[in-house]
Amino acid sequence: MGWDRNQMAERAAQELEDGMYVNLGIGIPTLVANYVGDKDITLQSENGMLGMGPFPYEGEEDADVINAGKQTITELARTSYFDSATSFAMIRGGKIAAAILGAMEVDEKGDLANWMIPGKLVKGMGGAMDLVAGVGRVIVVMDHANKHGQSKVLKSCTLPLTGVGVVDRIITNLGVLDVVEGGLKIVEVADGVTEEELRATTEATIVN
Amino acid sequence: MKKIYANAAEALDGLLHDGMFIAAGGFGLCGIPELLLAAIKDAGTKDLTFASNNAGVDDFGIGILLQTRQVKKMISSYVGENAEFMRQYLSGELELEFNPQGTLAERMRAGGAGIPGFYTPTGVGTQIAEGKEEKEFNGKRYILEEGIFADLAIVKAWKADETGNLVFRKTARNFNVPAATCGKICIAEVEEIVPKGSIDPDHIHLPGIYVHRIIQGDHEKRIEQVTTRKREEA
Repeated sequence: MGWDRNQMAERAAQELEDGMYVNLGIGIPTLVANYVGDKDITLQSENGMLGMGPFPYEGEEDADVINAGKQTITELARTSYFDSATSFAMIRGGKIAAAILGAMEVDEKGDLANWMIPGKLVKGMGGAMDLVAGVGRVIVVMDHANKHGQSKVLKSCTLPLTGVGVVDRIITNLGVLDVVEGGLKIVEVADGVTEEELRATTEATIVN
Repeated sequence: MKKIYANAAEALDGLLHDGMFIAAGGFGLCGIPELLLAAIKDAGTKDLTFASNNAGVDDFGIGILLQTRQVKKMISSYVGENAEFMRQYLSGELELEFNPQGTLAERMRAGGAGIPGFYTPTGVGTQIAEGKEEKEFNGKRYILEEGIFADLAIVKAWKADETGNLVFRKTARNFNVPAATCGKICIAEVEEIVPKGSIDPDHIHLPGIYVHRIIQGDHEKRIEQVTTRKREEA
């Protein structure tokens, strides 16, 4: 039902405009790079690189060229490298136009939870809190419901927050929603999904 | 002033004591001071606090110091790759202070620059802000974070000249620059020590004023996640 991972990534890629500097999170957001087409997009990796290239060919991996997910990648003609303090200076300083991130929960106030399940998962927020606090536009890409069928688009997040009032747009397998005054606004419904299905799977207040 | 030492153990001589605070460079396993970490393990120094973005993996990087219970506390942004870390943390044997990655980098940079605190928008309204001063500037909320002043900084660079000027390579630069600046003493391990004058002064990433001791050694440079693509058939 609705969009699969690649279709969600393809839809998210439509958010990107020519000339943008963009940070892509781990998971589905990473796939967005496959769908930018002819647009001139520069990808930032917060461990200290602008102009992230594709994975290397077998045998050409370089231990000194990795992305924020610790995967081997390659550089491009436009690539620059810098230290972590400089990297987050450009993030916090609003130089990165957009971040596309995964999430565990999002709510109608634009609050985002994607770093911790108390007592269960101790991994850390990495750069997510800095990204959502600093970049121009925060776009969340995730499944609309968890594997038990419960909505991840909530009135109020239950998990520890990554940021307060930071999310601009939510892209899920069921459609696209914007965070607006008073709740969420439906922008688009995914192929093969009805607006009723989208509303029924959304706990958050939907406004017109 | 001689900065070059024969090996990691000699470079650390006289600098280690139980309960000390060490800032370490590296992101994941990329650009970590692997030789100095191994020598700290051999030295057996205990109750260490590390400011380091990650905690290595079970058998490499800071992970080897977790196996020997030499670490009391970690200040990190992400520790997801380390099973022994999880076990010690969840059983209460290890203290952990999560810092957002950019906050950790800026805390090191600030410490090195003589700035004891700074306001950041990162983490406002989250667990990270609990107990921290909050202040509004131009209608936007910020929290106060403190600079890091470490007893010792350990970093990895690509090249050093004899005077300690450093050049890093690609994404292995990461936390090595801010970490180097925030230690009272900084030791850099490098792949190659070159004569002074052989690095273009305009191409130096970190001036030697920040670097007190240097060692050259063989680095494993382990890759955490090898990801490749297939060559298209001709």
